[in-house]
Amino acid sequence: MATDPMQQFEIKEKGDLFEIAGQTISFSNSALWMIVSGILIVGFFALTLRGKLIPGRLQSMGELSYQFIADMIRDTTGPEAMKFLPFVFTLFFFILAANLIGMNPYAFTTTSHLAVTVTLAVMTIGVVIVAGIWKNGLSWFKIFAPSGLPAIMYIIIVPIEVISFIARPITLAVRLFANMVAGHVMLKLFAIFAAFLVAKGGAFVGAAILPIFGIMGIAALEFLVAALQAFVFAILTCIYLNDVYHVHH
Amino acid sequence: MAAEATKIDTYGEAASTGGLPQFDLSTWASQIFWLLIVFGLIYFVLATFILPRIGQSIADRTDRVRDDLDQAAAFQSQAEEAEKSYTQILADARAKAMNVAEATKKSVEEDILKEIEATDALANRESELAEKRIQEAKTTALKSVETVAVDAAGDVIEILTGKKITAAIIRASLTN
Repeated sequence: MATDPMQQFEIKEKGDLFEIAGQTISFSNSALWMIVSGILIVGFFALTLRGKLIPGRLQSMGELSYQFIADMIRDTTGPEAMKFLPFVFTLFFFILAANLIGMNPYAFTTTSHLAVTVTLAVMTIGVVIVAGIWKNGLSWFKIFAPSGLPAIMYIIIVPIEVISFIARPITLAVRLFANMVAGHVMLKLFAIFAAFLVAKGGAFVGAAILPIFGIMGIAALEFLVAALQAFVFAILTCIYLNDVYHVHH
Repeated sequence: MAAEATKIDTYGEAASTGGLPQFDLSTWASQIFWLLIVFGLIYFVLATFILPRIGQSIADRTDRVRDDLDQAAAFQSQAEEAEKSYTQILADARAKAMNVAEATKKSVEEDILKEIEATDALANRESELAEKRIQEAKTTALKSVETVAVDAAGDVIEILTGKKITAAIIRASLTN
């Protein structure tokens, strides 16, 4: 058993595959668990496809998931944003699956890595920018300059708007990454502490029950955080997608 | 104790390699590569095969429910129509029955009146005839009283005077 709480985040490379632009691409435990989450998501939703008029349990779960994301988009962005449903759906369930897989012993939490969360955040904000310019042309950049202000105010407002826009992908990435890392480190610390007490022997063995209760509490909390962070990421994506459709705010 | 020593060794090793594995940029390219592939594949399969079919089956159900509700509404309006026509027919029949009763009553009353009139007429005629008969009987009776009176007067005169006076003379004197 490792005493380093950060060791769980170590990427164990299983062999180099090829090189792109001087970067070596290799298969690793992270890649393995991403593929597992992909198979789980696609497999689960493929199983829910029954197409029955009166849905069974599995079909209901699939349809409830669909409607959950559809309602989220409709309520936060508007019905015109429904073409982003597959993107928000994939985002939500990929993060949810990765977070929940990470709760299993010996599994790897892919979303605890900045590389992953940064890529997801950049993808999200990239979709907003590309779709915004696609739909509004260059007038999309008006989101940085709200209309109806005295000219002198724009000197202050435009930099604030630009900074707050740039902050979006950063906060998206860091929020998810930090939440996942913090929870897993906490779990590990409590576990190390319990193991340390047991190793000490004597009266300390009985005291190990306290950190074990702590682990149970934190584990429960972590399941909540796993779902909540997926939800937060998805709903913030919907809120940011507002900028595609509502340039004049 | 030996295990503990190796633990400390690994800890020291990790510390020396620079703390958080997340900040080891050499692993980023591989992670991003696999993430894009896996995320792209999930997106592709969900967007092309799975989500349209889930959406379709939800849409089918809402359509079906809406159709059923429409049909129910149509049936209800039909039922209301039927009830309306039923009450209409009932009212018509009632009115008709009322008319028939009224007509019957009127005709019966007419019959009764006619009968009464006829009976009245008969009674009048009968009473007239009876009156006439009474009148006749009266005149004959009066006539016979006169005769009796003349006879009696003749007899009285005969007894008092011993003369016989003819009835004609007496009658003439009576009428004077």
